[in-house]
Amino acid sequence: MTAWRTIRNGLLLALVVAVCGAGGRASAQGLTLDIVNGVPSAVPIAVVPFSWEGSGVPPATDVASVIGMDLNRSGQFRTLPKDDVVEFPHRGNDVKFATWKLLKQDYLVIGRQVDAGNGAVRVEFELYDVPGQRQLLALSVTGQPADLRGVAHQIADLIYEKITGVRGAFWTRVAYITATGTGHNMEYSLVVADSDGHNPQVVVRSHETLMSPSWSPDGGKIAYVSFESGNSAIYIQDLSTGSRRLVSSHSGINGAPAFSPDGTKLAMSLSYVGNPEIFVMDLATGDMRRLTHHFSIDTEPEWTPDGQSLVFTSDRSGKPQLYQIAATGGTPERLTFSGEYNSDASVGFRNKRIAMVQGAGNVYRIAIMDRGLGGQEHMVSPGNMDESPSFAPNASMLLYAASDGARGVLYAVSADGRVRQRLVLANGDVREPAWGPFRPR
Amino acid sequence: MNKTIRVTFAAVLCIGLAACATKQEVKPSAAPAPAPAPEVTTQPTEPTGPAAFTPADLSSNDCLLRRTVYFDLDQSVIKPQFQDAIACHAKYLRDRPDARMTLEGNADERGSREYNLGLGERRANAVASALEAEGASAAQIKVVSYGEERPVCREHNESCWSRNRRAEIVYTVK
Repeated sequence: MTAWRTIRNGLLLALVVAVCGAGGRASAQGLTLDIVNGVPSAVPIAVVPFSWEGSGVPPATDVASVIGMDLNRSGQFRTLPKDDVVEFPHRGNDVKFATWKLLKQDYLVIGRQVDAGNGAVRVEFELYDVPGQRQLLALSVTGQPADLRGVAHQIADLIYEKITGVRGAFWTRVAYITATGTGHNMEYSLVVADSDGHNPQVVVRSHETLMSPSWSPDGGKIAYVSFESGNSAIYIQDLSTGSRRLVSSHSGINGAPAFSPDGTKLAMSLSYVGNPEIFVMDLATGDMRRLTHHFSIDTEPEWTPDGQSLVFTSDRSGKPQLYQIAATGGTPERLTFSGEYNSDASVGFRNKRIAMVQGAGNVYRIAIMDRGLGGQEHMVSPGNMDESPSFAPNASMLLYAASDGARGVLYAVSADGRVRQRLVLANGDVREPAWGPFRPR
Repeated sequence: MNKTIRVTFAAVLCIGLAACATKQEVKPSAAPAPAPAPEVTTQPTEPTGPAAFTPADLSSNDCLLRRTVYFDLDQSVIKPQFQDAIACHAKYLRDRPDARMTLEGNADERGSREYNLGLGERRANAVASALEAEGASAAQIKVVSYGEERPVCREHNESCWSRNRRAEIVYTVK
C-alpha cells in the first residue's frame, strides 16, 4: 500500500486521455496527454522531432511525439523531455554521438517525412545505439496523412522489438464499453479505439446494457453481450461490414463470450441448464459442447494460447477462484489459492501470466500470477474497485477498469505495475476494456 | 438519516469490513442495514388471509407492495424478514393462475461483471424457489439477472451496496 502510494505519487506517468462524445472522429481532438514523471530504471531514449521534407503543408500529426508516448507508456523506456533536445539531426550523418552521450541517452531515434506520391507520406526513421555509436535500424513506413498515428505506432513497435526482443503492441486496437446518462436515459456504446485511446469509433449503440466485448483473433470481429431483448444474448459483429450474428439467446444468462485462438470456436457461460456452466460453440456448425457440470457459478472462460484448455471463474469452493479445464472437458484444476476472491482471468505470454481481479474485503485489485515462477503473484493496480484486466497481445502491458468517484475509467499499466496511463471519458462511465490482437504487418 | 451520519456509518462499516469480511455477512437483522428501502415496513400482514387477491390489491395491499428482497454480501439466502412478503406474492400467484412475474436479480458493483450476473441470477432463483415452495407455479415465474448493471444507487459504500444486492418482483401479467 505504502509502496504503491510512493510509486503512484513519485514515478507514475499519468496520461489523461479525455475521450469526448461517442461520435468517433471528432473525439480524437479531445485527447490530451500529460506525462507527470518517468521511471528511473527505464531505458533512456531520445526521439528527435521528425522533419517534413515533402511539398505543401506538413501533416498535423507529430510522429516523433506519438512514438515517444508509446515507448513511455510501456514502462520500459524513458524519453528525453522535449526541452532537453538541443540538436535536431534528421539523417545519420548529422548525428553527434557525444551530445547524446552527454545527455545520458542509450538510444536515439531520428527521422523525416517525405512525399510518397498519391498524397501518401513515407516516414523514414533510424535507430541508433548511442554508447556503441552504431545504427540499429533504418526503415520506412508509408501511410496516408490521416493515418500517421498508425504509422507512428508501427515505428514504435519496430523500435520496441529491436531493443527488447519482444514484438511491440502499440499498433493494436482496444475495445471497451461506455455508459452515459442515468436511469431510463442510459446509452451504452461498444467502442473500438487505438491502443492509446485515440480515434474512438462506436461499433454498437444501445439503450440497454452492453457488456463483455471479446476480439476474434484476426481482429475482424467482436463478440459481446447485449440486453436489448430484455435478457442477455451473445452477438458477434463484423467490424468492417457492421453485420452481426445472434449466437446465443437461451433463457437465463448468455454471457462471457471468448473466441478460441484459431477463431473457430466461441466459449461462453450459459445458465439455461439451471446455473451458469461453460460451453464451447463450434462457430461453423453451431454445435455446442458443455465443459462444466457443477451447481456453482462457472463463468468468464478464457482460452490458453494453445487452444487446448480454458481458464474460468467458479465459486465451487465457496468464493470465486480460477480453474483450468481441458477444451474437451474433464476435471477442472484449481489455479488460485491466495486471496479470498479471484476472478475474470486474462491469459497472456504463452500461458505464463494470468491477470485476474483479486478481492479482499472491500478492496478489489488486479493481480498477475506468474506461472513460470511457481504461481508467484504481484499486484499491478492500486485502486479499490479495479476490474476487467486484459493483456496486450505481447503481455507487456494490460488494460483494466477502475472507478474514479462516480465514473469508471480505464488504465493501461505495464506488466510490472510501475507505469500507468489513465483514459478518462469526459462524461460517463468507461468499462470492460479488451485489448485486441496483433495486426498483420 | 442525514447524509453525514450515513457517510460516517458507511465509513465505520468499511473499516469493519476490511478487518473482517465475514463479520458483515452474519450481521443480524436487529441492526438493520441503513434503510434499504422505504417500502420495507413492519406493517403486520395476513399472508394467508381467506379472501383471494385481486389485481387491485397489487397497488393497495401493504404486503404485496413489498417487491424487493435484499441479500447479504455474496449470499442468496432469503432473510426471515422477507418471508411474509414472499408468502403474499405466492398467494397472489396461487389465487391468480394467469398472473405472471419476472424476478430481476441484481448484485452490488464489487467483483467482476459476469460473475455478478451469476450472483444476481442465484438470488432471483432463491426467490423463485421460495415462491414455489409456497405453492406458486414455476410457469408463472420468469427469472432474469442484470448482475451489477442496474444499480439503484452508485456510491461506493455499504449502505448503497446493500440496496443493490436485491431481487425485484415485477408483475408482467396481473
